[in-house]
Amino acid sequence: MPKNARAVRDWPLWEIFIRSDHGLAHKHVGSLHAADATMALQNARDVYTRRNEGTSIWVVRAADITASVPAERGAFFDPAEDKVYRHPTFFTVPEGVKHL
Amino acid sequence: MYTQMVDVEAAGAASDEQRRFDEKLDRGVTIEPKDWMPEAYRKTLVRQISQHAHSEIVGMLPEGNWITRAPSLERKLILLAKVQDEAGHGLYLYSAAETLGVARDELTEALLSGRAKYSSIFNYPTLTWADVGAIGWLVDGAAIINQIPLTRCSYGPYARAMTRICKEESFHQRQGFDVMVKLCAGTAPQKAMAQDALDRWWWPAVMMFGPPDSASPNSEQSMHWKIKLFSNDELRQRFIDQTAPQADALGLVIPDCELRWNEARGHYDFGAVDWDEFYRVVRGDGPCNRDRLRARVDAWEEGAWVREAALAHAEKRTRRA
Amino acid sequence: MTSTTRLDPLIEYLLRFGDTALVLGQQLGAWTGHAPILEEDLALTNVALDLVGEARAWLSHAGEREGLERDEDALAFSRGDREFHNVLLVERPNGNFADTLGRQFLFDAWHVLALEQLSASSDGRIAALARKVRKEAAYHARRSADWVVRLGDGTETSKARMQAALAALWPYVGELFEGDDVDAEMVARGIGFDPAALREPWSRGVGAVLAEATLVQPSEGWMQRGGKRGLHSEHLGYLLAEMQSVRRSVPGDLW
Repeated sequence: MPKNARAVRDWPLWEIFIRSDHGLAHKHVGSLHAADATMALQNARDVYTRRNEGTSIWVVRAADITASVPAERGAFFDPAEDKVYRHPTFFTVPEGVKHL
Repeated sequence: MYTQMVDVEAAGAASDEQRRFDEKLDRGVTIEPKDWMPEAYRKTLVRQISQHAHSEIVGMLPEGNWITRAPSLERKLILLAKVQDEAGHGLYLYSAAETLGVARDELTEALLSGRAKYSSIFNYPTLTWADVGAIGWLVDGAAIINQIPLTRCSYGPYARAMTRICKEESFHQRQGFDVMVKLCAGTAPQKAMAQDALDRWWWPAVMMFGPPDSASPNSEQSMHWKIKLFSNDELRQRFIDQTAPQADALGLVIPDCELRWNEARGHYDFGAVDWDEFYRVVRGDGPCNRDRLRARVDAWEEGAWVREAALAHAEKRTRRA
Repeated sequence: MTSTTRLDPLIEYLLRFGDTALVLGQQLGAWTGHAPILEEDLALTNVALDLVGEARAWLSHAGEREGLERDEDALAFSRGDREFHNVLLVERPNGNFADTLGRQFLFDAWHVLALEQLSASSDGRIAALARKVRKEAAYHARRSADWVVRLGDGTETSKARMQAALAALWPYVGELFEGDDVDAEMVARGIGFDPAALREPWSRGVGAVLAEATLVQPSEGWMQRGGKRGLHSEHLGYLLAEMQSVRRSVPGDLW
């Protein structure tokens, strides 16, 4: 799309990851534009934690993320499907045993 | 860019890819940014998501008009938070559109040049404080009805953005209704203000669901793609059924003399919508189209030096590091 | 009540903080929907939300202590400009983004220091309130300082605008550090602080940021004063006329 004078260069896109209070891992919550990492962190606070959603924020430049290619999905993810032992439900827990 | 890749692929492997795409739709599996998708699906999504984003951004203006005049400090806070949420919603939606290979400044440019559309309702003026209540109650009420089904739409980033937005929207509708409750329980001039706002906002709100199904040519394709889950008329009926009893509760009269409960249908019957007015406003001749666009162009142009300065500074910092 | 009837010093003291936060919050609210970029709409609105929230706290507390059944809204919407006690700095017009962020920066640097002092007030309610808003103020200060650096050390245009903004705002910073009889009494009662004591740490902090921003600190000249005792610039009358218009034109107790 041709750009005219009005569309000056936009700030780069950042992906935002937030960890909430509950001890969970950082979770992708969305993206935003910022001139640099400092501003991305500040903007993430203002955009994505307006309702006290988070206690820790990671920002990553969208261009720096390498994503798997959908066509390779089989080769990339199938091996993990064999490792059923990695999933807790693989193990049967003897009756009466708790807190596992 | 991704769009070009799709075109190349589309020539050779379309049928196979198309089959897999259709199968995913049937099974209710979401389509994700890097998945193959028909170019028409991508284009329609970009148009729909960006129109929605533009509506949030332009929608900040009519209500923002009252931030400096909100009649109590608590109302000022609530309104600030609400208009801020709309900026957030616009941002989430632009982000979702960006996953389809368009940059936000391209979408902004389309809005500012008048090529892109946004919801016609924001081309009506907010004339009194009660309009803030009416917008929250009616316009956000209509938006929720429109948007909740979209949390289950086929495109993953769009569905996720809508989930976040819908959570925040219910606060918007409630604060609007609460403004109306207070006005209707107040002095005679306050109540008259509430009725006047309902008189002016009712029909534009009814029009928000778009033209009648008989005149909505793209609906069928969008419903097949699961980026539209109910027809315009279905959603409109749902809105009227839900809102009429709320007006009764407020002691306000909806400005439609044909509005009455139809026991046999299990729905409210309602009068004819002035679709000429709708198309006139969509085409650019609503009371505020020019003012709204002007305000967005001014903000963007007057902010250009700020955006440029921030980039220049970031580059200096990188060079020094 | 007119400005010639002096208020109880404690009430006036509370109104100074409440009115200052309110006027600045009101001004920032006018940016919502008109900022240079969407992210900044959200960020500026957050600062406005914090400041109006802070104003509510000071004003409702002032109303309680006064005991004349004036709640936060009676104080915000029923007083004329001669009865407002905000510092002049915050009623400077929004202007362009550099004017707004420059004003914010000079204010925030003072705000943080003032709230630190009030956190140690012998008045438990005042101390608790100051502690509550101190964290927000610290964030504002970081953000506005950051913008001053970005604009100062950005492009030629942004540098010139930030420098011009500072020059225009500078005559209004003196009032932040000028004590009067109300301040003196609050110091004597262990409730408040001596504004002059903030001058040095403020100058140090502001100076460091301006240096990083490659901006020149405006030279000291005549300092305007009067806001704290109800003598304002012409801008405040318009600001209040707009803010109070609904409540003054439509009868109603509940909104």
